[in-house]
Amino acid sequence: MKLAYFPGCTLKTTAKKLETSALAVAETLGLKIEELPNWNCCGTVYSLASDDLIKQLAPIRNLARAQSFEYKTIVTLCSMCYNTLAQSNILVKNNGEKLRKINEFMSEEEDYRGEVEVKHFLTLFKEFGFENIKKIVKKPLSKLKVACYYGCLLLRPKRIGIDDCEQPHILEELVLSLGAEPVNFPYQVECCGSYHTAVKPEIVAMRAYRILENARENGADLVVTSCPLCYFNLKDRQRDVKRLYAGFKEMPVLYFTEIMADALGIT
Amino acid sequence: MRVGIFICHCGRNIASVVDVHWLKNEAAKLKNVVFCEDYIYLCSEPGQKFICEKIKELNLTHIIVAACTPSLHGETFSRTLESAGLNRYLLEIANIREQCSWVHQNTPEIATKKALKLIKAALAKLTYAKPLTPLKVPMIRKALVIGGGIAGIQAALDIANGGFEVYLVEKEPSLGGHMAQLSETFPTLDCSSCILTPKMVEVAHHKNIHLFTYAEVKNIEGTVGNFEVTIVKKPRYVREDKCTGCNDCVDVCPVIVPNEFDQGLGARKAIYIPFPQAVPLIYTIDLENCLNSKKLIVCENCFKACGPKAIDFLMEEEEVKIKVGAIIVATGYDLIPLEALPEYGGGRYQDVITSLDLERLLSPSGPTGGVIRRPSDGKIPKSIVFIQCAGSRDPEHGRPYCSKICCMYTAKHALLYKHAVPEGKVYIFYIDIRAAGKRYEEFVQGIVEEERVLYLRGKVSKVFRRNEKLVVLGVDTLTGRTVEIETDMVVVAPAIISNNGGKALAQILKTPVDEFGFFTEIHPKLRPVESPTIGIYLAGAAQSPKDISESVTQASAAASKVLALFSQKRIALEPIKAEVDVELCKGCGICVKTCPFGAIKIIKKKKKKYAQVSKAVCQGCGSCMGACKFRAINVAHFTLKQLFSQVDALLEG
Repeated sequence: MKLAYFPGCTLKTTAKKLETSALAVAETLGLKIEELPNWNCCGTVYSLASDDLIKQLAPIRNLARAQSFEYKTIVTLCSMCYNTLAQSNILVKNNGEKLRKINEFMSEEEDYRGEVEVKHFLTLFKEFGFENIKKIVKKPLSKLKVACYYGCLLLRPKRIGIDDCEQPHILEELVLSLGAEPVNFPYQVECCGSYHTAVKPEIVAMRAYRILENARENGADLVVTSCPLCYFNLKDRQRDVKRLYAGFKEMPVLYFTEIMADALGIT
Repeated sequence: MRVGIFICHCGRNIASVVDVHWLKNEAAKLKNVVFCEDYIYLCSEPGQKFICEKIKELNLTHIIVAACTPSLHGETFSRTLESAGLNRYLLEIANIREQCSWVHQNTPEIATKKALKLIKAALAKLTYAKPLTPLKVPMIRKALVIGGGIAGIQAALDIANGGFEVYLVEKEPSLGGHMAQLSETFPTLDCSSCILTPKMVEVAHHKNIHLFTYAEVKNIEGTVGNFEVTIVKKPRYVREDKCTGCNDCVDVCPVIVPNEFDQGLGARKAIYIPFPQAVPLIYTIDLENCLNSKKLIVCENCFKACGPKAIDFLMEEEEVKIKVGAIIVATGYDLIPLEALPEYGGGRYQDVITSLDLERLLSPSGPTGGVIRRPSDGKIPKSIVFIQCAGSRDPEHGRPYCSKICCMYTAKHALLYKHAVPEGKVYIFYIDIRAAGKRYEEFVQGIVEEERVLYLRGKVSKVFRRNEKLVVLGVDTLTGRTVEIETDMVVVAPAIISNNGGKALAQILKTPVDEFGFFTEIHPKLRPVESPTIGIYLAGAAQSPKDISESVTQASAAASKVLALFSQKRIALEPIKAEVDVELCKGCGICVKTCPFGAIKIIKKKKKKYAQVSKAVCQGCGSCMGACKFRAINVAHFTLKQLFSQVDALLEG
């Protein structure tokens, strides 16, 4: 089965590492993934306005394109893209009238029928089987203690969450299959500060400090995440953390696909 | 046929939308109409008098009242007819409020025309109406009470003291329900079991009460006055007639399991009574945990120790059939499990407990002898964080309702803890304090002001463990700050939910429950203790979350309804029943399959097969009338002829 890969803007710019490592891992696992031709912006933050359909246009157009190229599934890496595409998809699936209006406005060659499935890479790996991943691990990450950080967009709202929104464990399962040890991490779904990073970076620095210190308290050597925004806030904002909290020691932050690539021996 | 039409303004409810003057003039022109008038409030005393006088004065034979829904005032106007000497079934109500003025507020012209059509339809139906007489059937003046908690106990005692026999069925081995688990009750701090156990004993000894514990209602047939109930008695493997409650069997039993009555915080043996004051004082063997199975006896300790030889592993489930005239549902409530509250660490950390768990820790007869010890290490907590509304007032999780009792018992818990551990710290997260009840607000305020308890208005987002402590992350919305509290123990006030068996029982009773599984009443304000199924009454938290005093109040109210019903030896039933035209009936039996009440059977007489309806069982629902291919069944007051002419009148021009 062919899978359409929807990168989104960040994956082609600041989160290039996430894309490179994820695609390499997918290739090693033998998954057939092709970049969706002619994709556009995912729509960024999912619009909660119920009477402003223009904001659903970007995500639905991507889904319509996937449909026109006969992809049944669209996979994403960025949590934001996943969230927006998945939520918009549910909105039009459950509301024929809204779908009709959007289709009319888009005037794509064929109408979107609401049948494309939106999936995150983590779900894809879970379906591949963590046991099967374990079998092909070349360099087990033994003794590595990992704090798995989810943020919000992969888990909330519940109807599109890839796992339990309060106590997720999909990343932990993955980390275990790589031979590493996931640590207890109560702050795994605490907010990273999100877009405050643009206007009030000190808020993000305070959030990042608490999250990273909580990981350290629980014995983590590093933090993994799947979201480019969380990654930026937890990693790049550590400079600001240091300024606010004297004595703060840096904590490595990596994308989950980076440690996967390591364990699978991809160079 | 001399028809009188009375059009109600209902204040402005109808008259501000429907042009009642035009309506009056048009309706007066209809066939057979002798008199037509409008009136501001027909349901009022003078309004009814007006109808009554006109009937007598003009010799009216049939009446149409164009007003609100018949479910509100149908009975009122029927009585008006009776007081004027007319048969109550010669009344037809045209609902021009709910079905007209309220729903067509913005289109008064259309509403007015529709009102006339509704009157025409009522007239069409009324043309074929026949006077009917209520059916009188003998009533079995005995009651069934389902549930042996405080509500069921109170209801059973009230009916029994009124002189009628009661069957009280409780699914657990002992009476008492949740109230037996509580330590002290708000706002008076009465010892819960001290005020409950005398009532339990009274039930057991009452000559009019037949007590079935460790038993469940399996099936119910029939209707008000004549219910046939099947009760299943689960085997205790201890003979009730022989057990003396001496406790010798418990001493020798080698199996130790968590005691459900102590919320799993204490232990019991495989042969047990749930708590020392249990009524009846008869032991029960929990065969799931006993070393013996039904086929294999490997341990005979209790058998050998029992002096009166009461142990009997051959006991089987037993069915008992009884007949009663009325039923009270008092099946109580459950709490959502801790596991349903993962954000508070429910089910994950031992020291996150429910308020009911805390009741057991506070109880002098509880697993810790009344000393508050946290489950993980048995230490006395130096601080407790209480989280109210844990799962209640939470539409996201499907429970938008308030569980009602949590504000009060949390305040009580804070008080009891502070009295036991004066240097201890208490934090209470709440949304609003709801203390509406006699002396409730004073109780809570006293604790807020005098006990050094910190009330934080806001919700908790997360509970997690840091070393020996639990960390609570929350928000204090009054200061607008997030707070982080390190504490020894967390007590959540879980949402009250309908009892686990409630929905299944509702199906057996054929009575409705709401979307949360709570039993529905006929009218929330004016008929709050009657279920829509006549003869079935509601008491206690089976209907909605309630505290003890409300449960008792409602139980007595339900009992008084039953006593009022039992004041008559025969019961009058609505004559709206299915009637079979034997000449048309082919005896095909489709109606038998359609009838939801099992009221129809096919009989054979003089070589002809035909359907026969049991009038006492028939509810007049009309399913059979709709299903009959030969139009051989008619429901009185709603005959095919009446309904067809009503529909024709509505569809006309």
